[in-house]
Amino acid sequence: MLENYIPILVFIAVGFMFGAMLIMFGKIFSKLLKVDRPGPAKLSPFECGFDEFEDARMKFDVRYYLVAILFIIFDLEIAFLFPWAIVLQEESVGMFGFVSMMIFLGILVIGFIYEWTKGALEWE
Amino acid sequence: MPEWILYLLDFLPDWDWLHVLLIALIKVVAIFIPLVVAVAYLPYAERKIIGYMQIRIGPNRVGPRGWLQPIADALKLILKEIIVPTKSNKYLFILAPILAMGPAIAVWSVIPFTDTLVLADINAGLLFVLAVSSIGVYGIIIAGWASNSKYAFLSAMRASAQIVSYELAMGFALVTVLMAAGSLNLREIVLAQSGGLTNWYLWPLFPMFMVYFISGVAETNRAPFDVAEGESEIVAGFHVEYSGMTFAVFFLAEYANMILIATLTSLMFLGGWMSPFGAASDIIILGDGIHWLLLKTSFLLFFFLWFRATFPRYRYDQIMRLGWKVFLPLTIFWIVFMGVMMFLTPWGYLFH
Repeated sequence: MLENYIPILVFIAVGFMFGAMLIMFGKIFSKLLKVDRPGPAKLSPFECGFDEFEDARMKFDVRYYLVAILFIIFDLEIAFLFPWAIVLQEESVGMFGFVSMMIFLGILVIGFIYEWTKGALEWE
Repeated sequence: MPEWILYLLDFLPDWDWLHVLLIALIKVVAIFIPLVVAVAYLPYAERKIIGYMQIRIGPNRVGPRGWLQPIADALKLILKEIIVPTKSNKYLFILAPILAMGPAIAVWSVIPFTDTLVLADINAGLLFVLAVSSIGVYGIIIAGWASNSKYAFLSAMRASAQIVSYELAMGFALVTVLMAAGSLNLREIVLAQSGGLTNWYLWPLFPMFMVYFISGVAETNRAPFDVAEGESEIVAGFHVEYSGMTFAVFFLAEYANMILIATLTSLMFLGGWMSPFGAASDIIILGDGIHWLLLKTSFLLFFFLWFRATFPRYRYDQIMRLGWKVFLPLTIFWIVFMGVMMFLTPWGYLFH
């Protein structure tokens, strides 16, 4: 079984190396052909032609943070649902598994309704 | 053979392992090269198709009917200067495109092309897909952060919030597929749909098919969900500071992800390599085979391009509303609905 995972490991390595290699080639060729002509204006952050003002690491809307937190809750829920969904059709799980997951889902849906009514999902 | 060579060989890894590794590498390359060609030609197809949809011709200068356009583009991009802004975090800036590209390629290791043509036939296939493809968002958020540019930063926030939101809808939609198929193995999921058009999960799970595919479009930041790179407001989004090959890697990763979403959708809802006429067909071209998978994938990819030519861009609040207030409740409802059908009514067979 474990040898099934070797090609995956190789594939992951190939995937990351492919990206790295492309960038390396790009760097080498642009160096060789002397197209690399950096200048202070070119190397400054793009701001529609103006000199940049203030820090780019600025304050951002708290709702992005909220989305990230809500994502974790629901993603964990999915992680619980995955194994449940696979064994659902087996006799030993059956009704008991179904009812317990429905209770679990019900609790999470109450939480979901709560955050909805609290306006956590509003983006106006 | 002199003694000392044998002595050296002892230090090398076990030859069996090396052998296995080499075979794996050959197989990987056999999947990787067609994939890269497809990724290179998808933008060309996009420009052509959208061109004709807008009554233009599209690229037609490089080679016959523009067929060499991707090669010319690649050559151009590889010769361009790679700009690394002075204020950026240099290492993260270079790392970001690699982190976007790696997962987009790595996921292909578990995709079954036919019943036998599969690189790694693992039990946790779908889990692997879900886990690895969600790493891609790091590339975007790191790019936005490392650029130290306002546009890039704003876009990274938008893109990551959007991607994680739609990942939930995708995850829940996958749960319904698992409930029907009872396996995480992608090959077995496809085999559970054998027996012609009517057995595909497209029919019993139709709303989930829609949710999964539309979420896939949003997940890859494609139009009409491309506020993350909306040209008219935040220029190019998280890759505004990227140039030359670093940009190209982001670009290729996006197209690799598009092909991936289309392939996964056809595997899980459209029966993968299964023929719509059932396996019994005598004519070989109508029987099961990889050509069906390619056909279904191309068909779905066409929709990606079609959407882009047809729909105006969504506003950001509309995107979040669709993800959280429409898709999420719908998918949860469908899971409960499927469970109730399977356990409390006699119509559970519809979902097997």
